[in-house]
Amino acid sequence: MIPVIVVSIYLVIIAVIGSVAFRKTQSNTEDFFLANRTVGSMVFFLSLFATNMTAFAILGSSGQAYRQGIGIYGLMASSSGLVIPLTIFFIGTRLWALGKKFGHQTQVAFFRDRWECSSIGTLIFTLSVVMLVPYMIISIMGGGRVLNDISGGRVVYPLGCAIVALVVTANVFFGGMRGTVWVNIFQTVLFLLFGAVAVGVISHDLPGGFGEYIQKIANNPKTHYLLTRERMPERYFWSYSLIPLSSIMFPHMAIMCFAARKVTAFKRTVVLYPLAIMAIWLPCIFLGVLGTALEPGLRNPDGILLHLLTDHAPVWLAGILGAGIISAVMGSDTHQVLAISTMFTKDVFAHYGGKEKYGEKGSVFFARGFIIAVTLLAYWVALRTPESIFELAVRFAFSGFAAMAPVMIAALFWKRSTKYGALASTLWVAAWLILTWYVQRASDGMAPKPGQPAVVVFSSLGHFFERSTANVTVYGFLPVVPMVLGSGLMMILFSLLTPPPGRATIERYFPSRAVAGSSQPAVSAAAAAASSR
Amino acid sequence: MKATKVLFLTLLIALVYFLHQDFWNWKQAEPFVFGFLPIGLAYHAGYSVAAAILMAVLVKLAWPGHLENTESQAADKESKNDGGHG
Repeated sequence: MIPVIVVSIYLVIIAVIGSVAFRKTQSNTEDFFLANRTVGSMVFFLSLFATNMTAFAILGSSGQAYRQGIGIYGLMASSSGLVIPLTIFFIGTRLWALGKKFGHQTQVAFFRDRWECSSIGTLIFTLSVVMLVPYMIISIMGGGRVLNDISGGRVVYPLGCAIVALVVTANVFFGGMRGTVWVNIFQTVLFLLFGAVAVGVISHDLPGGFGEYIQKIANNPKTHYLLTRERMPERYFWSYSLIPLSSIMFPHMAIMCFAARKVTAFKRTVVLYPLAIMAIWLPCIFLGVLGTALEPGLRNPDGILLHLLTDHAPVWLAGILGAGIISAVMGSDTHQVLAISTMFTKDVFAHYGGKEKYGEKGSVFFARGFIIAVTLLAYWVALRTPESIFELAVRFAFSGFAAMAPVMIAALFWKRSTKYGALASTLWVAAWLILTWYVQRASDGMAPKPGQPAVVVFSSLGHFFERSTANVTVYGFLPVVPMVLGSGLMMILFSLLTPPPGRATIERYFPSRAVAGSSQPAVSAAAAAASSR
Repeated sequence: MKATKVLFLTLLIALVYFLHQDFWNWKQAEPFVFGFLPIGLAYHAGYSVAAAILMAVLVKLAWPGHLENTESQAADKESKNDGGHG
């Protein structure tokens, strides 16, 4: 019962913070969606980090480590700790500047203006929404499941989903970006502290310390592989390092970049980001592996941390764990709901004349109505669809957004890129998503058991498509590899074959130094290098 | 920025990226760092610290300082301040 009380207190605190933010919120879209671009340095870091963390970082990571061992850290955490800060450094800062300079509030608004295209922007918008919505739905599902687990079944799954959806909706509806960001401060601090506290408490309860149990795992031939990567193919491991390219392409991450008060806010964020990832993932991965010795034979390894804390920690810590996990769920979910609302309001409603007709207040009214509608719909879908479908969709979404990164890079750094290059890349990504979805479903029946080698899917194609336990691979690489490389190639090829945007547009985005005068270039990489010091 | 500095930073990023694929630790569980951390996990924990150091170097040597002076040119800027509360 204590965990439920702790989580309830946490939810009340979230509601209070949201209501305070509501009193500060103004009736214009820039304030509602971006907190008037006034998010300060430390808050920006905490909020951007919360935007990208989900329950997977705590529960899923430890569960995966229980199944596959320590390799999960290198696979998902340390690669993200390098690639995500790099994308924030090179792409996020430029997005911020363009948002500030031209008033863009979404990626699509930037693409439309940069390449003088409306309908291709709408296509990118559609693909982004299709890839983002499952992520939002699975967050609600995850929250419902966590509340159900930590309450020992007292909070039934539909009620758990409803509580998460309600708190998220209220927070975004009333507070907009400001409410979301303020709540994120509290949430991020909570789940950053969780890992260290959990490790310390569990260690204290083990008389022989961790070393004795790790040695036991190493000495057992059945579990020794958990301390190595001998069952993790090197191609698979490398492929995964491209997945974090998706981070900056997720609309909620890109929109967050627009919200910073100054570009200097990014400095602290990019340096602290790898350390923050380590603070969460390292204890969770380690405890997940340790759990194979302390709690062997679990049917649902995602619950390993709950088991460890129940057996080796005081009951209040399980409550804090619950609050930490719910924080991770809601931190990203609020940003996803806000991002979808922002995109519909700016990229559809405003773009197709709604803003001119109904004004700024009408736009905010539309956004709030949309938030309620989309969350109700997500809740309804969450109760009627198997979670496995959305888990798969989210995995595909990561590859899809990663493969859209070349589009963003070209828009920011390559003058000669064209809307037809962007169109070709987008269609390439969409085609691969459909293809891999089909191959994945077609090969479900032949998927090998964990630890067994991958099998050929279509014998006529040789090793082109192979099926491992969970994934389809292309010559042993994850589909993200041909998706990213092909997307980049499409952008280059079709841009060179088609006429560039008008000179005025190029001059706006890549002003020549003579013309630029006091108005500094917004994005030019060469100019950036020249004037950085 | 000088070409040599650009080259140095490019190579540095490429080196750190390459070091992520630590094939030499692939099948090693031991030694256990601090007596309990398998070498593969300890290596990647260290890698996270190296990534933070790399980012600090980039902030120091390649920060896009020109962006700090970005001025708004948004046409509808004035309209954003017309709202009241709620």
